[in-house]
Amino acid sequence: MKKSPKIALIGNPNAGKSSLFNSLTGLRQKTGNFPGVTMDKLIGKWKLEKGDDAEILDLPGIYSIYPKSVDEQVVINILANPQHPDYPDLAIVVADASNLKRNLLLFSQVRDLGIPTVLALNMIDVAESQGIVINSVKLARELNVEVAEVNAKKGIGLNGLRLSVNKTLETNYNSNDSLPMDYDREMVEEIKEKYGDTDDYHALLWLSEHDNLIQFDEKQRIEFDNIQEKYGWKTQNAQSKETMARYSQLNEIVDNCLHEVPAEEEEINTWTDRLDKIFLHRFWGYFIFLGILFIVFQAIFTWATYPMDLIDGGIANLNDFLKTNLPPTKLTDLLTDGLIAGIGGVLIFIPQIAFLFLFISMLEETGYMSRVMFIMDKLMRRFGLNGKSVVPLISGVACAVPAIMSTRSIGSWKDRLITIMVTPLMSCSARLPIYTVLIALVVPEKSTLFGIFNLQGVVLFAMYLLGFFMALFSAYVMKLLLKVKERSYFIMELPSYKSPRFSHVMITILNSTKAFVFEAGKVIVAISIVLWVLASYGPGDAIEQAEIYVKTQNPTLSGTELQNKISSQKLENSYAGRFGKVIEPVIKPLGYDWKIGIALITSFAAREVFVGTMSTIYSLGGEANEENSTVMKRMRAEINPETGKPMYDMALGFSLLIFYAFAMQCMSTLAVTYRETKSWKYPTIQFVYMTALAYISAFVVYQVLK
Amino acid sequence: MVYPLHTSYLISHISYLFHMKTIADLKVGERGIIVNFTDEEFSLKLLEMGCLPGTQVTMTHIAPFGDPIAVKVSGYVLSMRKEEAATIVIA
Repeated sequence: MKKSPKIALIGNPNAGKSSLFNSLTGLRQKTGNFPGVTMDKLIGKWKLEKGDDAEILDLPGIYSIYPKSVDEQVVINILANPQHPDYPDLAIVVADASNLKRNLLLFSQVRDLGIPTVLALNMIDVAESQGIVINSVKLARELNVEVAEVNAKKGIGLNGLRLSVNKTLETNYNSNDSLPMDYDREMVEEIKEKYGDTDDYHALLWLSEHDNLIQFDEKQRIEFDNIQEKYGWKTQNAQSKETMARYSQLNEIVDNCLHEVPAEEEEINTWTDRLDKIFLHRFWGYFIFLGILFIVFQAIFTWATYPMDLIDGGIANLNDFLKTNLPPTKLTDLLTDGLIAGIGGVLIFIPQIAFLFLFISMLEETGYMSRVMFIMDKLMRRFGLNGKSVVPLISGVACAVPAIMSTRSIGSWKDRLITIMVTPLMSCSARLPIYTVLIALVVPEKSTLFGIFNLQGVVLFAMYLLGFFMALFSAYVMKLLLKVKERSYFIMELPSYKSPRFSHVMITILNSTKAFVFEAGKVIVAISIVLWVLASYGPGDAIEQAEIYVKTQNPTLSGTELQNKISSQKLENSYAGRFGKVIEPVIKPLGYDWKIGIALITSFAAREVFVGTMSTIYSLGGEANEENSTVMKRMRAEINPETGKPMYDMALGFSLLIFYAFAMQCMSTLAVTYRETKSWKYPTIQFVYMTALAYISAFVVYQVLK
Repeated sequence: MVYPLHTSYLISHISYLFHMKTIADLKVGERGIIVNFTDEEFSLKLLEMGCLPGTQVTMTHIAPFGDPIAVKVSGYVLSMRKEEAATIVIA
């Protein structure tokens, strides 16, 4: 027996796999990425015997080893490849006892792959409440494997499971050596000859799924195509036949081991039935969904501001402290204005992201999210989307990066692609500070709509709606343009309602937030440093010249005022300032000058640096990290040199608002789009269409309001 | 019986012409027994999710705009679109 065996948890979605994982590993789990794909991988430790920790791997839920979506694909890439670093020494197949036959289908496939397998029979209480009694001893004998009865949620039966696992690991026993269906042996021999000795089932799996298996290269895939042609192999047909053959074998076994007391006529009105009457109601269903959305927004935009202000203040204090206590060198500036400001820019989003995942994981845990998909499918379909697009679109309000990753559950490639392409139009939390500053500049604080709604609040809400409707509109256009011959489908389980498990929700929040901080954080910090360098240095001695120039021009000035003028002049002569001047002619029609140009350039990589850049540009100098109001005051006082009127009037304000609402200014999003679509084509299109949309809309708004 | 993919579209129309009853024809609360599938691509997915010939299905929900629908099958609730439901022939 190996020292640290690898154990994979495999099972249908909602079979209790994640509950079992949490029960087995507690907080002794860590996230990682599967090799080759950026997909959350959960690994935990489970004590098997004295000093012997097994490594438990939680895999996404699947119904069969023939994947229908990208998240299912990850599982198959591991199971199909015995050389894969995550290939398990043993598989625990978690089965929902109340739906045994369907769950055993997957079990039989995993077992036939030659992986020593233990069956964990979960949700026996649910089965019993439905009048189903399972003889697990008999089942173990019929299936020829160890069967352990567990209650994953309550953590009952883990010792029995441990015994079964130990026993199976010791004997390394795997039962079946004959497959239930007919297949061409000659063909299988040819595959084995070409791709290495393996069992028949692996060979067949390779043959039918080779296009999606990362272990094969282009040349091998073509060879597989040739074999398919040579032997007249029809993948779908073969998979259907295999599934039928497995079921007929399982039918017999299940009949022998399962005793069903026929439920009394007109089944018990379960909680799920009652709740569905409300949640799926043609009026109340939507009403409740809107209400829940409202609460989520309230949390993200109101409750989250308290911890965000704390983080903001903490970073500002730290920076002030460092500035006063460290020698005033370039290095100190890099540390405070570059690095710490950059890290602060990442940390500030944690409360919003955490709140968002709190709600999303609770809605998913309870089973409500599938109902939302159910009632939204028809509406979304009109726009080329899918009921499952709702989750990414909602998540997009916090951050497009996790939102785009959550599209993996969408089975149809076209629906998924369109969702990925339009999700960044949803107003993410990085746009919020920009909206806040600009709205405060152009919309009078005291004015109201109909005397009750604060007009600033109404405009802010309108910006979010604008993003949403633009996402729908763009999706509709893409639906017309994309010529993909693939049928979209929506075959999905509606799980029964469950109360959310606190620990599970907390672990999800922790893992998602960590992923955001480290994934997006890297990019944002890097950009902040680059920006700092570009804004602090200029070609030749331009920076030194700027200081001398200001001093000779304003011999009477001194103190802060002089410092401000100097920083402003320095910035104009820095690399960033020069870039701003270069693009000024292009952005002039939108009403922008070179200073805004700098902000546009710097926020091309990450839009959240806009406010920071603005405060740098408007040279708050020594008083860095003042509140926004100071940036605003300075921006409000800015005079347009051509008209002599305030620079930030309605036209410019709204032009900028619209530009930031639509423009693709996020490297992390482009990077994640590249990873998810595996091609530079789609991030390029995304970048071009969103930027064009932003430019044209901002142009129209400026010219109309001017 | 399973038909090859390229004829599936035609077949789903044939099932309509010959008045073969499908899940899409059920009203909420009505039941049927799955007989076969008229679409190979959907049938594999449906089989894997427990829609076996001989199994009883009960229509439980129809979404507000008439589509998708949800049925109770092998002890759990499965949702699908109308066009998918129309490929499951019942008796």
